[in-house]
Amino acid sequence: MNATARIHRQVVLPWGKSFEIAFNSIRVRFFRSMITTMSLVLAVSFLSFVSVNTDVANGLLATGDPALRQALIHSGYDLQPEDTRADSSPKQRWIVILSLLVCVVGIVNAQLMAVTERFREIGTMKCLGALDRFILRLFLLEAGMQGLAGAGIGALAGAVFALLSNTIRFGALAVTTPVSGDILFSVAMATGVGCLLSVIGVLYPAFVAARMQPVEAMRSEH
Amino acid sequence: MTSVKNIVRVKNVTKTFQLGKIAVHALKGVDLEIATGQYVSIMGPSGSGKSTLFNMIGGLDKPSTGKVFIDEVDISQLDAYELAWLRCRKIGYIFQTFNIIQVMTALENVTLPMTFAGMRNEDAIEKGMELLELVGLADRFQHKPSELSGGQQQRVAIARALANDPAIILADEPTGNLDLTTGEEIITLLKNLSRERGVTIISATHDIKMLNVSDQVVWIRDGRIDKIESREELTISVGRIDARAEA
Repeated sequence: MNATARIHRQVVLPWGKSFEIAFNSIRVRFFRSMITTMSLVLAVSFLSFVSVNTDVANGLLATGDPALRQALIHSGYDLQPEDTRADSSPKQRWIVILSLLVCVVGIVNAQLMAVTERFREIGTMKCLGALDRFILRLFLLEAGMQGLAGAGIGALAGAVFALLSNTIRFGALAVTTPVSGDILFSVAMATGVGCLLSVIGVLYPAFVAARMQPVEAMRSEH
Repeated sequence: MTSVKNIVRVKNVTKTFQLGKIAVHALKGVDLEIATGQYVSIMGPSGSGKSTLFNMIGGLDKPSTGKVFIDEVDISQLDAYELAWLRCRKIGYIFQTFNIIQVMTALENVTLPMTFAGMRNEDAIEKGMELLELVGLADRFQHKPSELSGGQQQRVAIARALANDPAIILADEPTGNLDLTTGEEIITLLKNLSRERGVTIISATHDIKMLNVSDQVVWIRDGRIDKIESREELTISVGRIDARAEA
């Protein structure tokens, strides 16, 4: 309908403004956001740690030095004589997946709490003319930013920790032999996964928030 | 009187809430017409259906039967976009609990509805400052709500309600959380706005102070309109209340 299309354009929230509101919202509630992000930081740093560990082992294996190969086997890598690459074991993968699952559940929980705390704010925005998708967008943007920051920090921390522990175990070779592209890829992958999890975790709470009637929001006692 | 335009028309509205297995009839058939530029108070004890009627007029809730017209538009026919548009442009809301967005400064609160309405940022800031000046808070535009007193927060809310030059301001117990003098200041501010800008002000209230400035008082009792008094009739009845209080 023509009239609807016109009205559609007349209620707007530009992207720049959305970013500003979402960013300020995180900044003002910094402590709250930090707690929401903490589980993500830990899970992502674990993922990054495991992944960078594998990169280091591959780097050491690529040198072809039998002593290093022995050292790797000694430190727990399950290497067959014909293996030229050290991949993470299924057990490790399962632990990583589990930790990520727990992390998503934690995010959903924390974000649901955050939405409940913000019922009044959401209702007020709706009374001022906000559409459902403005609310949805604000929550997704917030989660995206939290995800990027949290996962970035987690991935870097995990990588640094992996490199440090391997240096202690195998000496300076642990840092010099692995392909730096591999490590960068591991960090980027962990960050990406973290962002994705953060956004997945906020989807349901954001839908709850967006679909709320303004009058319900006004009624809730918070 | 027939030439006066009705900004709000409520026609035979009922509202039933389902509480578990019990149906609660909050409104049992209300007819009401409010002319443009009036200052109307809706009075009634709690549980009388006052807030329900108020929410209907504000497009925050839909009637079970009957119709609510705002500017001769039946709001039950509107879709989500159109309702948002109505809330954004036509109606300004003022709440008992102020409902200033806590994470935003006074100015950001006032400019938010203008952002929704698609106004350019610089224009919104300029107009926001004008409005804050109007309510006497220009020097506090950068303060967060937590740094403002209740009366100041309510002033920000009034400035915000005026952001998109609405035809109607809906005030739900605007003085309910304020002390006597601050409440009086807010009432005077609202009255001046209605006189100078021609905004229709509809306020649900318990506050007897409101009666003095109202052009019309609608008394609600038990889901029905008990009586509608105009200003002239009112002075007498207020006098009676005062006389009784003194006696």
